[in-house]
Amino acid sequence: MSDVSVKLSDAAIRRRQLSEFWFYFSRNKGAVVGLAIFLLMVFTAIFADWLAPHNPTLQYRDALLLPPAWLDGGRADFLLGTDPVGRDILSRLIKGSQYSLFIGIVVVSIALLGGVIIGLVAGFFGGWLDALIMRIMDVILAFPSLLLALVLVAVLGPGLTNAMIAIAIVYQPHFARLTRAAVMAEKQREYVSAARVAGAGNLRLMFLTILPNCVAPLIVQATLSFSSAVLDAAALGFLGMGAQPPAPEWGTMLAEAREFISRAWWVATFPGLAILIAVLAINLMGDGLRDALDPKLKRS
Amino acid sequence: MIRFILSRLLYLVPTFIGITIIAFSFPRFLAGDPVLLMAGERGVTPERHAELSAQLGYDKPLVLQYFDFLGRLLHGDMGTSLVTKKPVLAEFLSLFPATVELGLVAIFIAVLLGVPIGVIAAIKRGSWFDQLSMTGALVGFSMPIFWWGLLLIIFFSGYLGWTPVSGRISLMYFFPNVTGFMLIDSLISGQDGAFASAVQHLILPSIVLATIPLAVIARQTRSAMLEVMSEDYVRTARAKGMPRRRVIGVHALRNALIPVVTTIGLQIGVLLAGAILTETIFSWPGIGKWMIDSISRRDYPAVQSGLLLIAGVVMVVNLLVDLTYGLINPRIRHR
Repeated sequence: MSDVSVKLSDAAIRRRQLSEFWFYFSRNKGAVVGLAIFLLMVFTAIFADWLAPHNPTLQYRDALLLPPAWLDGGRADFLLGTDPVGRDILSRLIKGSQYSLFIGIVVVSIALLGGVIIGLVAGFFGGWLDALIMRIMDVILAFPSLLLALVLVAVLGPGLTNAMIAIAIVYQPHFARLTRAAVMAEKQREYVSAARVAGAGNLRLMFLTILPNCVAPLIVQATLSFSSAVLDAAALGFLGMGAQPPAPEWGTMLAEAREFISRAWWVATFPGLAILIAVLAINLMGDGLRDALDPKLKRS
Repeated sequence: MIRFILSRLLYLVPTFIGITIIAFSFPRFLAGDPVLLMAGERGVTPERHAELSAQLGYDKPLVLQYFDFLGRLLHGDMGTSLVTKKPVLAEFLSLFPATVELGLVAIFIAVLLGVPIGVIAAIKRGSWFDQLSMTGALVGFSMPIFWWGLLLIIFFSGYLGWTPVSGRISLMYFFPNVTGFMLIDSLISGQDGAFASAVQHLILPSIVLATIPLAVIARQTRSAMLEVMSEDYVRTARAKGMPRRRVIGVHALRNALIPVVTTIGLQIGVLLAGAILTETIFSWPGIGKWMIDSISRRDYPAVQSGLLLIAGVVMVVNLLVDLTYGLINPRIRHR
């Protein structure tokens, strides 16, 4: 048997790794549910323009604050009711899924890229450079993340792009710390010395030799950051510092709904529920990923 | 122990300097001239502009400005608010007790419920209680608390009419501000119903603020308990024939609580971030709402000092957590 496995191609090894990953991931039922909801959200976001029954910014002046269809006074063509200016809430929620996914992807990409490079440099070179970088990361971590993001947005100016940049800056130290710790552990291993002896340069050692072996904790952290980014961006939107109206971003929708909550509970309930479901699904997935990627847990 | 404390204090110096640099540079990153910002819409004459710049020290090199800033800071001078014209530090200190009161009650709720839930879930691993409470914890962990606050207001204040929507106490009551903590002051005042009113006002905001820490503490306690229960010394204690209650309470729980204490400490930052949202929703007159108002009013001295003071509070709390950690876990202290 052993000589058969030796001949396995790279693609076959990857297939095996994938099936092993799926084996552990799928043992966590919550994670599978989370993945299913997340995929549904991705589908909704991609096909939002076809799925939404109405234009999300169109105001139906004859249908202000209509309750959901199943309540008295509701109309079947406005399934989840309408907001104070007569926009269809369901259509806005569907369109809003694009914002949340976009925010998550952009924030995680920036924070991951920045954090990985900073962490690689700090962990690989060590010494004063490492000390300096890590102290700067400590400073960023000393501020409550939402507060720092808020102040950064105040500096940059309110808006979705700036909110995403601010959140990414605030999240980036977590990736830097993780990468640094992983790099420092891997740096001592023999395969790294072997590569160095074989003549690999620093860049090759950092990005091609060491980095691929530090990926597992980064994936888990990326998932957690994705859900936090959705939550924090919604919070900034809610405070008027994120996406600006009339954008159907879920947090911004909640902010607009605030003054109507005593008369029309649905305008505040559904956007928040959408945030909760999205964040919960991603967190469920994150739990499953940790189970599947953490070798310590796998053995037990 | 003294060496341990000193080394931790020394470790904080670079972080503190970094925090002051961020707070110092914040208004300088803003688009526009600080003097013009202060002058408001009416603007200033060029002579007055030069005079103000010199008075505020904006004409000096940046490095000198920073040391001036640091010097004033060490004398407790944090500038005056552009809006209220009061010293920022005094304003912060007058609002801080409200946030501390809310935060303390929230962390109290979170620990009081979170630790037992985590312990029971670990002992009864796989039971319906375990599954239900951990699902609940994950929902709590994922909760957009600004929405959760609105839901509670809709239901308890709007529909049932049980709790007030905003503020710290009913306007009917008036008594001297002794400690700044409404619960204590209302008790001292001896007025009928004042304490009950304070509790009624506090209950929803503290539940909202407690939600995420409660979820985190319950999850952390459960996993710490599970880890400890599989240790050899727990097995030994059991094998000796020690009662189950004593094994769990003395051997397992005491060791499992060590990481939990760290988790509780780490929640302080979460609490302060949560306070910004919670105080905004419930119009709670604390520093969270004050920061938001200052940011939207473009009151930069207030934002600058608020940033510094909040980071300072987080730093001090983290230090205290570190020291407690050393106290309950000698292995850390003697490293």
